[in-house]
Amino acid sequence: MPEAPAAAPWYRRLMLGLLLAPALLWLFALIVLPHVDLALLSFRERVAPRQYVASLAQYRTFFGEPLYWRVFVRTAVLSALATALTLLVAFPIAWTIAKLARGRMSALLFVVCLIPFWVSETVRTLGWMILLRESGVLPALLVHLGLTTQPVELLYHDATILVGLVYTSLLFMVVPLVGNLESLDNALIEAAYDLGGKGWSILREIVIPHAAPGITAGCIVVFMLTLGNYLTPTLLGGKNSLWFTEQIYTQFITRFNWEQGAAFGFLLLALSTAMVWLGLKVSGQRFSDVMRRA
Amino acid sequence: MSAALLLALLAGVQARADNAQVLKIITWADYVPAEVIAQFGKETGIQVQVTLSNNEEMISKLRATGGAGFDLAQPSQDRILGAQQEFRIYKPFDTGKVRLDEFVPELLDIIRKNATIDGKLYGLPYIWGTEGLIYNSKRTRISDYPDLCKPELRGRTAVRLKRPTLMAFALASGRNPFALYDNTKAYTALMEQVGKTLAACKVNFRFFYDNKDQLLNGVRSGEIDAAMMWDSGGWALNRANPDIKFINPRSGAIAWMDTFALTARGRNDAAAYAWINFVMRPEIAAKVARSVGNFTAARGAEALMDPRIRAQFAETFPDGLKNIKWYPAIPPGLEAIEGAILDRVKAAD
Amino acid sequence: MAAIPDLEVRTLAKRFATHLAVDDLSFSVARGSFFSILGPSGCGKTTLLRMIAGFIQPDRGDIAIGGRSMAGVAPNRRPVNMVFQQLALFPMMSVAQNVAFGLARRGIGRAERTRRAEAMLERVGLGGAGGKRTDELSGGQRQRVAIARSMILEPTLLLLDEPLGALDLKLREHMKIELKQLQAAFATTFVYITHDQSEALVLSDHIGVMNHGRFEQLGTPQELYYSPASAFVAGFVGANNRLAGKALAVNGSLVQLATSGGWVVHAHRQGPITAGMAVEAFVRPEATLLGRTSADLPPGQTAHAGEVISLLFDGANSAVLLRELQSHIEFRIALPQTGAYADLQVGARIYFSFDPQRAICFAAADAHA
Repeated sequence: MPEAPAAAPWYRRLMLGLLLAPALLWLFALIVLPHVDLALLSFRERVAPRQYVASLAQYRTFFGEPLYWRVFVRTAVLSALATALTLLVAFPIAWTIAKLARGRMSALLFVVCLIPFWVSETVRTLGWMILLRESGVLPALLVHLGLTTQPVELLYHDATILVGLVYTSLLFMVVPLVGNLESLDNALIEAAYDLGGKGWSILREIVIPHAAPGITAGCIVVFMLTLGNYLTPTLLGGKNSLWFTEQIYTQFITRFNWEQGAAFGFLLLALSTAMVWLGLKVSGQRFSDVMRRA
Repeated sequence: MSAALLLALLAGVQARADNAQVLKIITWADYVPAEVIAQFGKETGIQVQVTLSNNEEMISKLRATGGAGFDLAQPSQDRILGAQQEFRIYKPFDTGKVRLDEFVPELLDIIRKNATIDGKLYGLPYIWGTEGLIYNSKRTRISDYPDLCKPELRGRTAVRLKRPTLMAFALASGRNPFALYDNTKAYTALMEQVGKTLAACKVNFRFFYDNKDQLLNGVRSGEIDAAMMWDSGGWALNRANPDIKFINPRSGAIAWMDTFALTARGRNDAAAYAWINFVMRPEIAAKVARSVGNFTAARGAEALMDPRIRAQFAETFPDGLKNIKWYPAIPPGLEAIEGAILDRVKAAD
Repeated sequence: MAAIPDLEVRTLAKRFATHLAVDDLSFSVARGSFFSILGPSGCGKTTLLRMIAGFIQPDRGDIAIGGRSMAGVAPNRRPVNMVFQQLALFPMMSVAQNVAFGLARRGIGRAERTRRAEAMLERVGLGGAGGKRTDELSGGQRQRVAIARSMILEPTLLLLDEPLGALDLKLREHMKIELKQLQAAFATTFVYITHDQSEALVLSDHIGVMNHGRFEQLGTPQELYYSPASAFVAGFVGANNRLAGKALAVNGSLVQLATSGGWVVHAHRQGPITAGMAVEAFVRPEATLLGRTSADLPPGQTAHAGEVISLLFDGANSAVLLRELQSHIEFRIALPQTGAYADLQVGARIYFSFDPQRAICFAAADAHA
């Protein structure tokens, strides 16, 4: 019966294929097909009403117009900054949840990170606007405390965008970090301390290398979310938001220029892919490991 | 088993039959009041489903589906021709099915001029109004669009980052942008000049607003002292606070008109015609006018209009509609020129 | 004047909520010796060790290392290093980086670090393994890395927190010997905590037997084994047969006691005992002699009879488990290595006796309470 063992894997592979078929079809229909369509769109140009020719004009427009370049780079830089800030804010929180807080306290901290997601992003962002606008709560409080002589506009600054983005992204950084930090044996920290390590050197030599997959996973998720965010930068940034997703929206919806929008979309996809690749290279992680351990 | 299938099939057919009694309209806020929907339903048994939108989204949504998903759309009269030539999202009216004598003839003439393709009419007038300026007379006094850029109004004005703002500032520069619609080169040059003006003025704009409420909030909270605004919003602000004035700018208010347009793949034209004939009855049109705060294209509805709004209209436009500019139809491709300018304004420091 | 002890603990106490973990403890450890703290889990030995390392602050008392008080000195500034229970090697570093970690923290340059780490690895028999990852090493090698990592800082005191606990038996036996040799080679003072009395006996110069936050006895392994100071030590250190009963008569240092089953034995008195008190006697398996008949036993010793219930063959450590006929108390006796009783069968009747001087009798623990 030498055939029997060979038949089993064949049969099993078919079963696996059948089991995965709905998910694969779903992926194909909702992710792959629209992207193929968008790719085709991005490589054509309108020459007259309802007449299109294959062309690189959309990409040429992007590279030829400094405005689009500027917004593109600005979005990338601000997203990277927001990711770094999120990491800075999330790390102590994750550390507290994983290492210091016990039982109920740790659950409570998690809930605090979850609260922003109890309301929709729109409501949350509008809440920020009510809080920060010149006639809003915070400027009034600052005047009341005597810190400013008259209400100041706290909206429509890059800093406001960053604060909003960090707030929105916090949970996505905290969760992988907690998972990673929880698996860090306390004895390693004690051992490092015992061997003469101090806070900073232990963080650098022991904690960060251990948490690297979590940090990388968190950063990838947060960076992608931030890069693709539309509402927060647009609403909080106001007239100066200059977020690339907004450009895409504008091209698709108000300019009826699907070709340009599709090209922008692909450029954004390329950017996020490049940044993720770069992040993995710099941190020396493998994508599959990061995703598994996150 | 097959009996169950048959039942399911029949149920599907039944559901489809029910769908025939639904009219799907994509329109602007306040254009289709609940009260009017209820009355229409009582008379005809047709349910009305409303989706709120604006010109660009309306066109984009219809473009994405090739003109399906809605039975009736209400784009502005200047946004029919170009969109139809480019995307084929509308279908022409059978004018025999509409009681044309219910419409104000002057408005019908405008639409005939702007929304006729190959002799077929693609739009019917519904609601019209103007876009001018508002200001808080306690804080400042302005008379034309460029006054929004006065140094003392730094950070205290607002406009939309859309084509009406470009048109307004172009008019204020002494040129007529509408006359250059067919001259791409001259139009581009004019728009570039306007773009520079707006970019220089950007410090004065607190924000670019996307919807009426955003601006109304800003004015009510005292953050905005002057802005470009629609008449209905301006008059509403004035009724609440007499210090806030809505004026016809020296360069002229710009008049817009929103329309009825049948969608290319709309399923329920009969219901659409029934709805149009229903809402254009003077007494129904008056209800709509009260809801939206603007005048409708229904003949005789004006007499039933809120007298306060009529008084406000007379105050803003003492010369009637003389100094008002109607948008001509936008030829395809114009938005791309304007879009590049608007992008530059947005990116300006 | 005697040399300053490497470790001196004075009236040290630590309380956790209601639980007194370390109770007014004082002892000192001589330079270069191997000192073990032996006790069951929960006896406070880990707390004691962590106080010495500096991870826990004592409530009261003082710890002096090399004659210098450690009050207010942080763990990373104490001349003490620790080998952790699971060794706590840094998995993100190579073996050499692990060993050089402490040097790097002291700001020693890379070249010097590398040289010294390599020399240290050489010394613990891991020359050339510096480039390996820690998970490529065997359990024994990992322990050597852990010790090397600490010893490279030349601490006054090396603390070891049951490092052998995680190893399998065979390796543990091997590592015991290796540890002892390493300590001898480095001549550094080792403070070792364990719950395994055999580890403590084999390795230590001195052992503190700890129970309920106190030392029951502090002495050499021999003292603990042959002259336990308390019933707890007698029961905890080495194998022992425990006979609980009542003192019938006390005659000088000799106690006559009867178990509840009516078995009467004689034992050497340890501490004050009067007739009628509840007592516990301990008899080592190897202090007992076997005889096929009562005549085989030394004259003058009381002969007891028992029935073999199981034979525990373990080479040199073979023993027989029997049940005393009268009381049915289980009793363990080491088999002589001559093989004279190799033919013993379960169920066989056998006689045994012991020198009352080698049986020790304490007042029962609950009699104190």
